[in-house]
Amino acid sequence: MKVLIPSPLLSYTSVKEVHATGRDLSALLVDLDRQFPGIRFRVVDEQDRLRPHMRFFVNGEQVFDLATALTPRDEVTLVQALSGG
Amino acid sequence: MGKSRTKFGRNSKRVAVLVATRKGAFILHGDAKRSRWRIDGPHFLGHIIHHLVLDPRDGRTLLAAAKTGHLGPTVFRSKNLGRSWSEAKKPPAFAKAKKGETGRSVDHTFWLTPCHASEPGAWYAGTSPQGLFRSDDGGDTWRPFPSVNDDAQFRQWMGSVQDGTPDGPKLHSIIVDPRDPKHLYFGMSGGGVHESTDGGKSWRPLVRGMQVVEGFDPANIAFHDPHCLRMCPTNPDRLYQQNHCGIYRIDRPDDTWSRIGKRMPKGVGDVGFTMVVHPRDADTAWVLPMDGQTVWPRTSPGGRPAVYVTRDAGKSWKRLDAGMPRSQAWWTVKRQAMSADRGDPVGLYFGTTSGELWMSRDEGRRWEPIARHLPEIYAVEAAELR
Repeated sequence: MKVLIPSPLLSYTSVKEVHATGRDLSALLVDLDRQFPGIRFRVVDEQDRLRPHMRFFVNGEQVFDLATALTPRDEVTLVQALSGG
Repeated sequence: MGKSRTKFGRNSKRVAVLVATRKGAFILHGDAKRSRWRIDGPHFLGHIIHHLVLDPRDGRTLLAAAKTGHLGPTVFRSKNLGRSWSEAKKPPAFAKAKKGETGRSVDHTFWLTPCHASEPGAWYAGTSPQGLFRSDDGGDTWRPFPSVNDDAQFRQWMGSVQDGTPDGPKLHSIIVDPRDPKHLYFGMSGGGVHESTDGGKSWRPLVRGMQVVEGFDPANIAFHDPHCLRMCPTNPDRLYQQNHCGIYRIDRPDDTWSRIGKRMPKGVGDVGFTMVVHPRDADTAWVLPMDGQTVWPRTSPGGRPAVYVTRDAGKSWKRLDAGMPRSQAWWTVKRQAMSADRGDPVGLYFGTTSGELWMSRDEGRRWEPIARHLPEIYAVEAAELR
């Protein structure tokens, strides 16, 4: 599926749009990390919690649960939330 | 170790000053006389770099503890003095919590220490919140110390995030005895000073003699806040400490710290973050006091910054401020942001919260800025290149 990458993570992917697979967000992150080593830990901590300023949107809708199921036709957007003014 | 001295002039070794800042890392390359400096950077512009350290065992490898305001923490490595970098495959991270329990996550790696000279490629790291980690592959993968990170007593001493510094609680000042790779010390803000003689399998607190904030019980390790520990290279039995509550010295095997900061001028006091020891003279150490009164401004006392030196192991102190601003200078120097080279005379360096890098070529008699307008400086390390 298509995954849109925010600018702070372009040092890993080099491009804003990549493709990855996974039956849920957690698995998708594993596949992203396989392709772009190190990217997962910048987004998710060692307790599998999404880091405070990172947000996922699936088909335009914000989701918070990494167990959210995905299908190959979904579009996932990873966003760095604005904060701090 | 410790007895070598570096002459500055023709054919001398070159010093690089490694500057970690809130917005990236910089490397200042000195000429043979340490009089001209070339600045290389920024590396990792926009990243918060808490510590940038050269591996003294090869004189080429750099480790940088990094994170950004939004992304998780990581460690970058360079084998060519910063010309190229690679990221750690497995940065310091706490063990995954058991189901039903709330685990901790590393906010940032705060401190990096190369392991013993006999352990090439091995490093220790201290994190925020407090955690101790070790890498045996040049900083590529890191493993936690359960004896610290998951120990119920240690967790009690560490307290909560609320008990730490404004930038989070820290494990810092990881020190390896040059005579014995298994003899280790570290400090926690807060949580005291701790010592291991078995390579980190077990630890014991070393806080006797250290004072705590008025009204708290010094018997409770959690209330102890060492800011910076330093071991003397020529006498590893002697450690100095800049604490939240004064300046201390200990001479092992004695297990009691003595408050040598009482001899500091009353109007200046003995509160600060950083402390540096002489590479060849265990009686000489430098501090940079700050204002720790009332609401803790954390600025130079009276807006008049100065380094203080003791040349007699803390019996007396002398103010060293030639070249520094005489008034209206309100910066602070953080615990990792002062360093000494091994030159003769020793070169001293410190970086300020307002982004100035200062140096002295004559052990503190005269100071001058060698870089200005950098981001807020978090750490300064003087390193000898090969």
